[in-house]
Amino acid sequence: MMGTLFFDSLNLSQKVMLGTALLGGISGVIGSFAVLRGRSLVGDMLAHAALPGICLAFLLWGTRDLWALSLGALTSGLLAIATVTWLVRWTRTKEDAAIGIVLSTFFGVGVVLLSVIQKPHIGGNKAGLDSYLFGEPANMLSDDLVLLTVVAGVILSLVFFFFKEFQLVCFDTDFAQSQGWPTLKIDLTLMAALTVVTIVGLPIVGVILMAAMLILPAATARLWTNRLQVLLVLAGLCGMLAAVGGTQLGRGLPAGAAIVLTAAGLFVLSLVLAPQRGVVARLRSEWQLRGRIAREHLLRSLYELNEPYLPARQQLPLQSLQDYRHWSALPKLLDAAEADAFVERQDKTVRLTSLGLKRAAELTTAHRLWEMYLMQHAGIAPDHVDRDADDVEHLLPAALLVELEQQLEQEGRLPNTITSVPDSPHQLEGPSESSTP
Amino acid sequence: MAASGRYLRKCTMSTTALEIHDMTVAYQRRPVLWDIDLQIPAGKLVGIVGPNGAGKTTLIKAALGLVPLASGKVEIHGKPYHQQRQAVGYVPQRESVDWDFPVTVRDVVLMGTYGSLGWLRRPGRSEHAIVDRCLQQVGISALANRQIRQLSGGQQQRVFLARALAQDAQLYFLDEPFAGVDAATEAAIFKLLQTMRSAHKTVLVVHHDLQTVRDYFDHVILLNMRLVACGPVETTFTQENLHLTYGGRLTILDEAAEAMRQREPQR
Ligand SMILES: Nc1ncnc2c1ncn2[C@@H]1O[C@H](COP(=O)(O)OP(=O)(O)OP(=O)(O)O)[C@@H](O)[C@H]1O
Ligand SMILES: [Mg+2]
Repeated sequence: MMGTLFFDSLNLSQKVMLGTALLGGISGVIGSFAVLRGRSLVGDMLAHAALPGICLAFLLWGTRDLWALSLGALTSGLLAIATVTWLVRWTRTKEDAAIGIVLSTFFGVGVVLLSVIQKPHIGGNKAGLDSYLFGEPANMLSDDLVLLTVVAGVILSLVFFFFKEFQLVCFDTDFAQSQGWPTLKIDLTLMAALTVVTIVGLPIVGVILMAAMLILPAATARLWTNRLQVLLVLAGLCGMLAAVGGTQLGRGLPAGAAIVLTAAGLFVLSLVLAPQRGVVARLRSEWQLRGRIAREHLLRSLYELNEPYLPARQQLPLQSLQDYRHWSALPKLLDAAEADAFVERQDKTVRLTSLGLKRAAELTTAHRLWEMYLMQHAGIAPDHVDRDADDVEHLLPAALLVELEQQLEQEGRLPNTITSVPDSPHQLEGPSESSTP
Repeated sequence: MAASGRYLRKCTMSTTALEIHDMTVAYQRRPVLWDIDLQIPAGKLVGIVGPNGAGKTTLIKAALGLVPLASGKVEIHGKPYHQQRQAVGYVPQRESVDWDFPVTVRDVVLMGTYGSLGWLRRPGRSEHAIVDRCLQQVGISALANRQIRQLSGGQQQRVFLARALAQDAQLYFLDEPFAGVDAATEAAIFKLLQTMRSAHKTVLVVHHDLQTVRDYFDHVILLNMRLVACGPVETTFTQENLHLTYGGRLTILDEAAEAMRQREPQR
């Protein structure tokens, strides 16, 4: 066997590195599909339910041979799935309850068998089967590597070639079936992949924590992207990083735990740092939004104070602005507006520039349209109407917007620096917003 | 061969788009649709009307082969459904998918082209062109790269419509496309339906607003576990039929079904 020969030439730490990386990668990818399909618990069940199979296989064959034990794990895993299906179909047990029942029962049987095996006269401690509980990558043999490589090759090519089909079935099974796809077969393929990955992962991560390897990388990757293609790649990388990093950092600790804790660390880190969904990004966008709203309020207030003098641009006393609204940080806001060349200041007065007037008129228009919409079409009291005026652009259909503008004009409240009625609501979009091309 | 097949489809198209014959559908032995018999001529807008739980969704799913028939048959342009999949488009009820799924609007609409792509082939430039056109038709081109959770309910409905358009089918089933959309979106969707009709498509629409049935549809199917009536709106959408659909004594059928189920030995 060429493969075995190649793997034999590696030293142990290289083997461990390669093996854990392969496992992390495929469990990230297949775990993503499982999570999206609402099957994260199924992976957990498979892992726990594998234990009695492993023990029985050992008792039957009397060796710690990888293939024999994997076959045992596979058999009891499939038996567990069948039991859950049967419970859900023929008794009125809910799926999550059925999974819980089967998982703990099988695992209980496994623990009992394990304690039987540990008895000295059966062949005992040296069997080292308890490494299946917490995982032991340092036991990595060339055989394990061959198995992992084959599994990884098959699974990654399946995902590569049938990405479109997997995506479709996971997102909308009924639609897929209405197009004529054999959804059951596609789904079973994913399920089989999940089973196989779980079982090859057991000696490395252990039955108790294997589920985390399936779920955590997927959950982490989900924070960084909104596209399945990218998510699969990121989840694979994240699984690899966790598996390799965990085994390297956590020497002397139970390996499964070290790997899972590393994965959890990556998850927490992403929770904080990820764009859009991360805590930092949310705080920042909230802060920016507040700043933008404050700047817009300033311009709108200036416009409204200036409105009686239009088209002239009046020097407005700062005090009148202060009285008009309660500002917490007026000087700072004025600094910012001056930097944007929207206002000019002279000791105690402020005046809109022509650029500022134009922008202020736009904002006021949008705001008044929005106000009118809320009052007339949504039945909200005038004093409850205070919302970021830019929303108008996203919320109102174009036809309604034009109608509202006409109404504003009739009432003489349409800011009159706007000569032509914008025919697309997108023209209301402010320069401060990074617009889509 | 292919050309003559297509020609044949065109010929039959001008007559009956959908024929359901003596169809009964049951969930776990409890029949929810009884002996449905109906014919829908091609090129019509057809409303499917009935109270909650009347089996409207089930009718569509059975016609699409998503739930098994207890008896009867469904023919689309004169052929069984499994020979006509390319000719049928489907817009499921909006709640039927997970909107948190990591796909963009464009990805979802692209799925409409998967049926004609078949195994292994990836969507290419021509598929993307189809998607662009369909997005434009429903007026959400600007949202193409958004994740689908970041859309309003009406916009999500449009995504589903665009996906169905991308299927380029002859016969469409839309399950409550007007549910939870505002007046402007409703008008836009209705305009789209009219466009589809003028392209000689047949569109079946599950609809709950009885006020608009007359304005929107040519044909109507009144359903409550059994078929109450099916035909042109003017003659079929009558007070009497409506009473039969919504207020009649149809619960007797319900009770009969329940009794049947009780009699079955529990397994
Ligand atoms: N998967 C299912 N298993 C068992 N019963 C079902 C299932 N789906 C629907 N039913 C039952 O079948 C009947 C018809 O349901 P269906 O969803 O077709 O009604 P509907 O007319 O679409 O109602 P709605 O207006 O609420 O959408 C109902 O009594 C419902 O309880
Ligand atoms: Mg329904």
